Amino acid sequence: MAALTGLERVPARAPSPAARRRPWRLVVFALAAVYFLVPLGASFWYTVYTPTSGVSFSAYGELITAEGFVRSLALSLGLAAATIVLVLLLTLPAMLAVRLFAPRLRPVMEVLCTLPLVVPPITFVAGLSTSLRVGVDVLAPTPFWGTLIAMQDPGFPVVLVLAYVVLVLPFVYRSLDAGLRTMDVRTLVEAARNLGASWPYVLFRVIVPNLRSALASASFLTLALVLGEYTVASLLGYEPFAVWIVTVSGSKGQLSVAVSILSLLLIWLLLLAVSSVFGKEFGREKRK
Amino acid sequence: MNRSRSRGWLGALPLLAFFALVFGVPAVALVAGAFTVQGRPSLANVSQSLQGGHLTALIGSVRLSAVVALLGAVLGTFLAYAIVTSRFALLREAVLTASGVLANFGGVPLAFFWIATLGNSGVVSGLIGLPTGSLYTFWGLVIVYLYFSVPMMVLAMAPALDGLRPQWREAAANNGATAWHYWRFVALPVLAPAMLGGVVLLFGGAFSAYATANAMVGTVVPLVTLKIASALTGDVLIGYENIALALSLDMVVVAGIVMAIYLPLQRRTSRWLH
Repeated sequence: MAALTGLERVPARAPSPAARRRPWRLVVFALAAVYFLVPLGASFWYTVYTPTSGVSFSAYGELITAEGFVRSLALSLGLAAATIVLVLLLTLPAMLAVRLFAPRLRPVMEVLCTLPLVVPPITFVAGLSTSLRVGVDVLAPTPFWGTLIAMQDPGFPVVLVLAYVVLVLPFVYRSLDAGLRTMDVRTLVEAARNLGASWPYVLFRVIVPNLRSALASASFLTLALVLGEYTVASLLGYEPFAVWIVTVSGSKGQLSVAVSILSLLLIWLLLLAVSSVFGKEFGREKRK
Repeated sequence: MNRSRSRGWLGALPLLAFFALVFGVPAVALVAGAFTVQGRPSLANVSQSLQGGHLTALIGSVRLSAVVALLGAVLGTFLAYAIVTSRFALLREAVLTASGVLANFGGVPLAFFWIATLGNSGVVSGLIGLPTGSLYTFWGLVIVYLYFSVPMMVLAMAPALDGLRPQWREAAANNGATAWHYWRFVALPVLAPAMLGGVVLLFGGAFSAYATANAMVGTVVPLVTLKIASALTGDVLIGYENIALALSLDMVVVAGIVMAIYLPLQRRTSRWLH
């Protein structure tokens, strides 16, 4: 799993007066530039140039019409949307309830929401596929058997959504926790309740608008993670976007590299969105 | 009070139930399966997972992760220091943004980037006359993994390096310390928790990486993630799934040890620098 880290902004500080131009810094920058930029350039060149037909951008044009591209991308986007909805519906009420009514549960929540980081995704899949196999046998005489089978429908595997919720839980938790820290939840809720607001009203008209940026960044992180996820999907035998890229790479090398370049651009755009959301939040805080 | 406590449970219950079902059940299945052979409790899987090819793969993964973590930490710290002390704000912003993107760039696309660059028909390997298959080795994987590890280290170290006050250096100099003394007795002790935390982060990232390795080397380089995958997908004998579970258990134990070092350190770092 490509862990999504480092989204917290590093505050810029004026360089110290001791910072002078030294040759070693140039050497470090030059080496880093070569190491990080050469694969970028080489990959791009690989996608546009072939010795037989020269320079052409057909690999990028071919993409839309490629067999399975639209299907796998639609599946990934659908899985991402379902994951975002489910993870927010599960974590937000839980975090609010713990903050308001059961502060003692907080360490428990924190440990639960860190555990998926400790466990490598592949070991999670190993456990998950075993329990699915055993579950089908155990539940065979009960009506839940049908549910379990329906969850594994290749058209829209609900089981992947469940697995992804677990995988993104740490990131969503951290993001929402940061958002909740910036406001006085208790006062807001008590004020709204005293004025006669119902619980759903409090949640959707008082808490959610104040958490907008935290919710947005949690959603972007989830989207990025689900779009790039390969391990769980491939080992459970489904074909969302990341798995499709590998499948197609066997026959169309150029195409798969072109998709890789596009996915790098996509990560960049998503992180830009997250950091601009975070940036707005910081701006508001400073003005206070 | 009683009512409010029950409300707290009510709100948290869906998440707890979900977690117990989707994370707890597989965890139990993993441990139970690892200690079961044909329906009977046994240690055979675990002992087999620590022998022969399996042990080689486990050691290979640990070795790869350790090399990536140490190299990535050293290179990342140098790069972060170069950025932090740079006079050009624009360069600094650009490198930090790029680090954010590349630290999250892993999986399959990363493998294809390097295959297109240094692979057998890669653009650069043709230019420099790289022998066939050079990328698909242990050191090839190290080079590829560093592509996301070094930026990760830059992100981990930049705030810590920013926290080094110039006054400390001046105070040390006023007391007659050389540059070496300053680094050895002032800067490094302050940076050590952040660095160790970074090393552990890189280790974890490299250790659990599967997609990149799978797309690149197949089974040429023995890695524990690749072994688990091939045992799971059943292109081997029946009953092998439990070996996969035992191997997974080994991985969780290693990752757990590493995380047990990381989490307290992370807290200490954040206390130091704010």
